Parts: sequence; structure tokens; C-alpha cells
Amino acid sequence: MQRDRRELLLKIMALDFTALELNLYLDTHPRDARALEDYNRVTQELFALRQEYQERYGPLIHFGHGYSKYPWQWIEEPWPWEMTF
Amino acid sequence: MWLYEKKLQYPVRVSGPNPWLAKNIITQYGGPDGELSASLRYLTQRYTMPIPEAKGALTDIGTEELAHMEIVAALVYNLIKDATLEQLKAHGMDGYYADHDRALYFVDATGNPWTATYIQSKGDPIADLHENMAAEEKARATYEWLINLSDDPLVTDALRFLRMREIVHFQRFGETLRLVQEWMDRKKFF
Ligand SMILES: [Fe+2]
Repeated sequence: MQRDRRELLLKIMALDFTALELNLYLDTHPRDARALEDYNRVTQELFALRQEYQERYGPLIHFGHGYSKYPWQWIEEPWPWEMTF
Repeated sequence: MWLYEKKLQYPVRVSGPNPWLAKNIITQYGGPDGELSASLRYLTQRYTMPIPEAKGALTDIGTEELAHMEIVAALVYNLIKDATLEQLKAHGMDGYYADHDRALYFVDATGNPWTATYIQSKGDPIADLHENMAAEEKARATYEWLINLSDDPLVTDALRFLRMREIVHFQRFGETLRLVQEWMDRKKFF
């Protein structure tokens, strides 16, 4: 996997994790306005980064959540368990 | 429904073939306190949770556990995919090879297959949430024993990440339990 692709993916993974942590926290603290603000900011950043990744390397999420070039990019290797970082 | 994101939650690397380590780590794939058990436990209990916070926490933690199952699978897969037959034999994976070759299968560290008896779904949210808190502590302990066993620092790094997640889940389940208890106390007055 090329270096800039790997770096972009690692950035998305880190941001994804932040969003997940905030999400779990908000599940039990739904009225924490600061955490909610963080969650929405991270979500926006994540949306932009995913867009950038998907334009360059194909869908990161299936079922209508990312465009594909021809031929169908979703099945392109490597799959996650084949990526050695 | 669920969506698949074509990436791991945490990057996985291994130093080389290591069937001995794979044979032990696989318990977090198909063992009693493993990630399949965790995911199915929460995703099946969520239907009878009484408050929105609990339905959310169980759905989201149950979903995260699926991502952990994938991390454990990626570790096991990469630890055995290039192992020679000699290596598999030398490290006690010949029995596993006879049944599964180098495929993934839901077993614990001594080869017992996964069973639904590893999980509980009682319908009583207090009982279920206590079960989940205990399950998180057991998973944390298992990761600690695996970290003690591990002779591959790259694998240990992923195991540390997974151990830390169990601590966070325990915390969230504790908060969920408190919210359910408060909800029950409020109900008594009306
Ligand atoms: Fe967990």
C-alpha cells in the first residue's frame, strides 16, 4: 500500500476512533453539550477526510456510502486483514 | 442494519509466523470472554433495555465488539498464514490444522467450540448489565494473561489497545446501570 494512502487511512482511523469514543460517552451523557460539540466537529472533519480518501482510492463504506470508478472498486485488495501497516 | 467500513479499528502488525501465539489469542475470537461472545451478548440484550441510553450503549458497544473480533481475526490470520506445517506441528496447532487448515474458526485456547451458553440474556436490565460489567472485567483479565504470554511486541501493542477498550466499556456499562436504577426509582413514585 502506497505511503500517502496509508497515512490518510491512519488519519481517518484515528479520527474514527475519536468519534466512536465520543459516541459511547454521549450514549450515557446525552446532555453534555461540550462533548456533543466535539462529536459534531469530529464528524465534519471525518466526512471531509473520507470524501478525500474515497475520491482517490474508492469506497471505504459499501451500500451507497461512497462512489466507485470503473471497474467496481469496492472489491479491490487489500482488504483490512491483508493490510500490514 | 449494519454497514462495513473497509478498515480495521486499530492497525494490526505481526513480526512473523507464530502459531503458538495464535493458538492462545484465538480464545478472544471464539472463547467464553472473547469478542464474538461480547458482541452477541450486547446486541441480543438491547431489545429489552428499558431506557434510550441503554439501548444506545448496547447497540454501540455491541457494534464496536464486532470490530474487535475483526482485529483478533486479523492477528490470528497473520500469525498462521505463512506458518509451515513443521511450525504448526511444533507448536501444537496440528489438531487445529486437521480440522480447519489455516482458516479462522470460533474456538477457545484449548480448542473448545463457541457456544451460546457463553452469553446470558435475562430480560432483567439490572441482571443483564451486571453480567456485562463482569464480562468486560473477564475480557480485560484475558487480555492481561495474553499480554503476559505474548512474545511478539507488535501483537502486544494490539492486545494493549483491546485491553484498554474493555476498561472503557466497563465504565459505560456502570453508567448505564446507574441510569437504569435511577429510572426504576423514579417509576416507583408514580
Ligand atoms: Fe468490550
